[in-house]
Amino acid sequence: MKVRVLVSFKESVLDPQGQAVKNALLTLGYDFIKDVRQGKVFEIELNNISREKTEQVIPEISHKVLSNPIIEKFDWEIIE
Amino acid sequence: MRFGIVVFPGSNCDHDTLYVLKHVLGQESFFLWHKDHDLKQADCIILPGGFSYGDYLRSGAIARFSPLMQEIKEFALSGGIVLGICNGFQVLLELGLLPGAMLRNKNLKFLCQNVHMRIENTETPFTNKGKPGQVLNIPIAHFDGNYYSDSHHLKKIIQNHQIILRYCDSEGRLNEESNINGSMEHTAGLINENNNVLGMMPHPERASEILLGSCDGRIIFESIINYLK
Repeated sequence: MKVRVLVSFKESVLDPQGQAVKNALLTLGYDFIKDVRQGKVFEIELNNISREKTEQVIPEISHKVLSNPIIEKFDWEIIE
Repeated sequence: MRFGIVVFPGSNCDHDTLYVLKHVLGQESFFLWHKDHDLKQADCIILPGGFSYGDYLRSGAIARFSPLMQEIKEFALSGGIVLGICNGFQVLLELGLLPGAMLRNKNLKFLCQNVHMRIENTETPFTNKGKPGQVLNIPIAHFDGNYYSDSHHLKKIIQNHQIILRYCDSEGRLNEESNINGSMEHTAGLINENNNVLGMMPHPERASEILLGSCDGRIIFESIINYLK
């Protein structure tokens, strides 16, 4: 089983790297870019565990390790 | 007094810190390997600067799970004196021993320079040798020193006078230019509610001998020694 976890800053947190990317895109002429926010992708491959266990463990890992809940939020999905 | 300096893979300010405590201030000092479970009866634990685990994932995010952090957390929760310098501050934040988090510096540059900071509160184990409002000149060297806290916790931190050091100009004034990493409330050093755990981004161990340009940093260590006496 493979899952994908997306970690990104909470809306209230300033993302200067995202801003830097946005400005670079605007400079390149993509003048319709409104905003860019940068995050992280984790692809986690799991040995045989049940779907139930996955649904319990992945949010736990995401909350405890992959993200800093003070400044980041996460989302995840099973991809395989 | 016995000072235990924790070493993680990637810590690189451990030797400078030991040098100051042992050879400049004549204190018994030793290293504590992150995988051990023994604090060796240290009176004060220091988490030094560096790049523990290469700053992988987030600065301090992996170091906070090191085996020794269990003993350090217990030590801190029972009132033991803990000082986190730079990466050490980041570990304390990730561990939850201090509130808030660090973001990338506002200007997206690694900042490596001397800066001024103001002592806001001298009633702590870390600043009792200083004077309120005293301006210190101490170097910083970090990429992720932009202190952030949500509004609820920030209010509490301010009410409890937990911001111990604030970035300022050479005259002790708070302004945007001198808050070079963009930290909320110009926070350079933060103490916990219990007044025993301090995190600071500047490196006092790099400013403890006039030979290096400033010995303002020595006040932090001298205060700890004074408090523990």
